[in-house]
Amino acid sequence: MNETLNFLIEYEILIYLLLFTILLGFEVISKVPSVLHTPLMSGANAISGIVILGAIILIRTTESDNYLTLIIAGIALFVGSINVFGGFFVTNRMLEMFNKKKKS
Amino acid sequence: MDKILFLISAFLLVWGLRLQSDPASASKGNKLAAVGMLIAIFSAVIMPLENSFSNLMWIVGPLSLSALLGYLIAKNIKMTSMPQMVSIFNGLGGLSAVLLSFAEVNKWISFPDSYQIIVVIVLILSLFIGSVAFTGSLLAFAKLDGYRWSEKLTLPFQHVVNIVFLSLIIGFSYYFITTPVISFLYIIIILSFLYGIFFVAPIGGADMPVVISLLNSFTGITAALTGIIFGNIVMLLGGILVGAAGTILTVLMCNAMNRSLLNVIIGGFSSSGSSKENKEQGQVNEISDSDFAVQLFYSNKVIIIPGYGLAVAQAQKLCKEIQEALEANDVEVKYAIHPVAGRMPGHMNVLLAEADVDYSKLIELDQANGEFKTTDVAVIIGANDVVNPDAIDDSSSPLYGMPILKVWESTATVVLKRSMSAGYAGVQNPLFFKKNNKMYFGDAKESLQRLSSELKNL
Repeated sequence: MNETLNFLIEYEILIYLLLFTILLGFEVISKVPSVLHTPLMSGANAISGIVILGAIILIRTTESDNYLTLIIAGIALFVGSINVFGGFFVTNRMLEMFNKKKKS
Repeated sequence: MDKILFLISAFLLVWGLRLQSDPASASKGNKLAAVGMLIAIFSAVIMPLENSFSNLMWIVGPLSLSALLGYLIAKNIKMTSMPQMVSIFNGLGGLSAVLLSFAEVNKWISFPDSYQIIVVIVLILSLFIGSVAFTGSLLAFAKLDGYRWSEKLTLPFQHVVNIVFLSLIIGFSYYFITTPVISFLYIIIILSFLYGIFFVAPIGGADMPVVISLLNSFTGITAALTGIIFGNIVMLLGGILVGAAGTILTVLMCNAMNRSLLNVIIGGFSSSGSSKENKEQGQVNEISDSDFAVQLFYSNKVIIIPGYGLAVAQAQKLCKEIQEALEANDVEVKYAIHPVAGRMPGHMNVLLAEADVDYSKLIELDQANGEFKTTDVAVIIGANDVVNPDAIDDSSSPLYGMPILKVWESTATVVLKRSMSAGYAGVQNPLFFKKNNKMYFGDAKESLQRLSSELKNL
């Protein structure tokens, strides 16, 4: 119980942020036409690749001879950033098609 | 410096996602979010850290490799495979979170005193959700890609099995936290992977988009959990944003199909009664190439209903050709887009956009249903469940209650289809046996090719 309380106190701001961001996320997406569901899913998916920041931080805080951790974090960074880059490029390609049409 | 950059990137991510919910600004929104992400990555690389080591190669190497790979995949992937693509990407994101949590937990085993227990709990939670997102996405990918075992796989006592698995995972996590032995951790990971498979296995292929969206929000949540551990606000923010957005998107998709999320997860299409299959089906009428061409050519108004069959056959450009041929003869041509046509909402819009079909020609469900009465021919290309009258007439049908396109209200309907096989929901479609319906069998691309050359001869 004490542990939990300490955790709450230590991460107080983060937990507030968590609550408000959930509301923000709901609010931002609440009215989307179904046309955009696919690109939006793909775009949101790319953002979820933000987890690679953790991989970067982990790599930077690992001793240079701790190969096990470095390799694991390196792979995490690799697969995670495929998600990020691939996701943004693919979303862009989809959305460009909508744009092209508008101009013509 | 890095703090300011993180702030900017957080703003860009939120604003980018906001813009992406409006068709006019979606493209800009995606770019903003991408810039936000790049800034976040850059700041993570330069931010000052205690006990930091210069492992720059370990960062730049994987990053540049995956940027190249991601770009190539995104550039070359076919638009029809988009749903599969998203699910694979999502799986990779999940895997990344799993590896990351694993590495952190591994550190905790070596230095047990440097972490609080609650941090370890959060890590294991992130490990679990990430694993489910990973294997779940892979299975969703396999189902969408139509592998042999893509049918629903329901274990006996599915729910009991799920609960047993969950309890095992919780039990082992408890043991692991009290006695940090690495083999327990492996067991937790393996169990979580299996749980992801069991989670997705009983869900029908047609519901995969909903599942992917849900798994996407899972990945978001893991990213947020990892963000708490690393004390990185942008990670927390981005992760939760995706978690919340993914959840809302999932609910929106479920609404489009008139199903509840719970219904989808439990596998709502499993109830197709056997009585249905044996029902008197009557005669189907085929239409010949020339009859079909003539019928279209002398109509006033034609509505095309595209479905997944059009996507698989890559026939969207031919579709546009036929549209132009008809319009040259003053036939009004429109496309009725069902919200869940194809395998992902908006899938058809993307496809038709690729073929340069004018946006104003696409009409949505409600508008289309108002227009069928004044339509001469409704042409259904590779769609099935979205035009099944059972959804309205037959309360025992698994499709019952789903909003559908009432194509049979038009003077005539023609269904382009490869065979008489059932649609994704696995039910027969009484539309095919209606008197004013004709079948035009064949692969959508070949069929449209035949039709197109027939039209040119007129």
